[in-house]
Amino acid sequence: MEHVHTEHKLGFWRKYVFSTDHKVIGVQFLFTTLFFFLVGGTLALILRWQLAYPGKPVPVLGQLFPQSMAVGGVLLPEFFNSLFTMHASVMIFFAIIPILVGAFANFVVPLQIGAPDMAFPRLNMVSYWVFWPAPLVVLTGFFLQGGAAASGWTAYPPLSAIEPIGQTFWIIGVLLVGSSSIMGAINYLTTILNMRAPGMGFFRMPLTTWAVFITSILSLLATPVLTTALIMLLFDRTMGTHFFLAEGGGSTLLWQHLFWFYSHPAVYIMILPGMGVVSDVISTFSRKPLFGYRMMVFAIAAIAFLGFIVWGHHMFQSGMNPTVGTTFMLSTMLIAVPSGIKVFNWLGTMWRGAIRFTPAMLNAIAFVSMFVIGGLSGIFMASTAVDIFIHDTYFIVAHIHYVLFGGSMFAAFAGIYYWFPKMFGKKLNDLLGRIHFIGTFVFFNLTFFPMHILGVGGHMRRIYDPMQYAHLQHLQPINVFITISAFLLGLAQLPFVVNFIKSLFWGERVDRNPWEANTLEWVAPSPPPHGNFETIPTVYHGPYEYSVPGRAKDWLPQNEP
Amino acid sequence: MQDAHIGRLGIDTRKLGMWIFLASEIMFFTGLIGSYIVLRFANLNTWPVPSTVLNIPLTAVNTFVLICSSATLVLGLASVQRGYLEGLQVGLFLTVLLGSIFLSIQVKEYRELIHEGFTISSSIFGSCFFTLTGFHGAHVFAGVIWLTVVLIRSFLGYFTAEEYAGVEIVGLYWHFVDLVWIILFTILYLI
Repeated sequence: MEHVHTEHKLGFWRKYVFSTDHKVIGVQFLFTTLFFFLVGGTLALILRWQLAYPGKPVPVLGQLFPQSMAVGGVLLPEFFNSLFTMHASVMIFFAIIPILVGAFANFVVPLQIGAPDMAFPRLNMVSYWVFWPAPLVVLTGFFLQGGAAASGWTAYPPLSAIEPIGQTFWIIGVLLVGSSSIMGAINYLTTILNMRAPGMGFFRMPLTTWAVFITSILSLLATPVLTTALIMLLFDRTMGTHFFLAEGGGSTLLWQHLFWFYSHPAVYIMILPGMGVVSDVISTFSRKPLFGYRMMVFAIAAIAFLGFIVWGHHMFQSGMNPTVGTTFMLSTMLIAVPSGIKVFNWLGTMWRGAIRFTPAMLNAIAFVSMFVIGGLSGIFMASTAVDIFIHDTYFIVAHIHYVLFGGSMFAAFAGIYYWFPKMFGKKLNDLLGRIHFIGTFVFFNLTFFPMHILGVGGHMRRIYDPMQYAHLQHLQPINVFITISAFLLGLAQLPFVVNFIKSLFWGERVDRNPWEANTLEWVAPSPPPHGNFETIPTVYHGPYEYSVPGRAKDWLPQNEP
Repeated sequence: MQDAHIGRLGIDTRKLGMWIFLASEIMFFTGLIGSYIVLRFANLNTWPVPSTVLNIPLTAVNTFVLICSSATLVLGLASVQRGYLEGLQVGLFLTVLLGSIFLSIQVKEYRELIHEGFTISSSIFGSCFFTLTGFHGAHVFAGVIWLTVVLIRSFLGYFTAEEYAGVEIVGLYWHFVDLVWIILFTILYLI
């Protein structure tokens, strides 16, 4: 028997802090990750200053740093290394992955499949309480002898095996966030498989749910391998083993294989949920069914599958067997096929639609276009011969930011504008949303596009002072331009912060279905009470029945016969 | 009672969650075992014959103990499914006992090896040996604690002929840990 929960009277602590309600946990993840998004952004701005004006004191913040980080406001090289390491670690592990998988998946999935909560609510709570200490542990490194981890987010040994104590904290933090991911994945998979409302067949699930389902398979199977690698690295550092140190018979290349066996699928963990979100948003605001729904599902599955067999393309320069390199090159290039299917299907969805340019839709369109640029630059890297030239240059930095910021982050913004009314019963301000979108879109491109040019010009990534290299000196104006754009990109987030806080308290109240959307989350009240639905809905249609001929309304909710 | 947990897929939700968790556990041990294989092949010249370092007869007995513990757990489950609660309690008790014997013998083995100078940092074989068997031992330890909780619950009336998922789920985990040991025993000790 389906059994609908009634509103329990819970105290403040159980309701908002130690909550087992998937919606509260989703919002907890959202607030935490948005905070670390700002932290990660600030770290990037500090290091951008050094790249544009090497040897000049950092304004305002520079004076706050102790002698171990900066002398007279000028960053020390060791501190610079910590900065780029922490920027990437914070953004990848504590912002992008948990905002898509922790925040949106948690909040949206049970609602979209018509479930009262997750399959394992207490496990869900633990996954948050294991998550949030992780960034604190990692960032504690800044206050320790020798500073925070400084071997890049990829933590390649032997460097990462001999770095100061901050690296140990980094390993522990990433282990924590990994356990949180695995717990989340178990929960999402079980929930989606077993908790769907009556009538909610697999091919009636919205794309966000599908994407989370497939992403969870990736996290479930890839994260434990990272865990083993981290444990072995931890033992190398603390127990005197030599897993990754050549002197004792270990293999440094082994780390790279294990790390990328996780971290390449992790790239898809960071983009696939975004693709799901964007599919929902584009279909809703184009007032048209998603073009090629089944193909979209199969394309996500294909990307996920290929994601497991392409990790070697990060290692073309590692001295790997060239034949193996060619195999990895071919499998990598195959990913262009399902990715292309997705892009054309999004375009097909928008084609001749009655598009409503809400902030959510604008961010979703930006996702599609930026993902195309990021995808195309990916093909350069997939090709072994080209990669040998651009490996470890700013071309790579440009590529990852086009997919992770241009892709994942725009999708996250789209998701926030789209589901904010459901989360809080209030709407984000439209005008501020547009200003935020335009500022972010323009300055994002001004910041990251020139990095392609730097990279082809031979600008290495992770260098402290470009002016020390004769072949980079004439490129310095581009570095200055990028830094100015990056600061403006940071400023462009201000309207978002203002909008978020303002709307949270004084936003325009909305009813349960402000976007006139079909999927089940819009059937529940805004915000949904504990237990989500008044009665468990029955599903009669697919998720994207917009503009059905002969109907007065141009949408057909999934629960209407 | 069990029916309340049957979901859309026709499977008990708790059991489904356990199966999915075990999939991630498989990948965890795959990472460790894969690294072991890579490192062993990279050091073929210096790798000792395992039997010259390790006490194989002792561990063979230990392997037998662990396999027996799986059998007693199956008997316990079969008992409760027929409503024979005492059978469940005896089965669980024997499983906890055998699991504890396994751990004690492993501790004894570790102490002897470390006494002989074979430690986690003495060689790459030592690093692999202690990491792989250590994580397996930690899984056995967690399993013994969990089984003890299930044993206590069996006295508090949690399980009947209709409701025995708690026993079944700890069983899935325990058999998995047992299976991993058979693989580890083969590749670390025998070949």
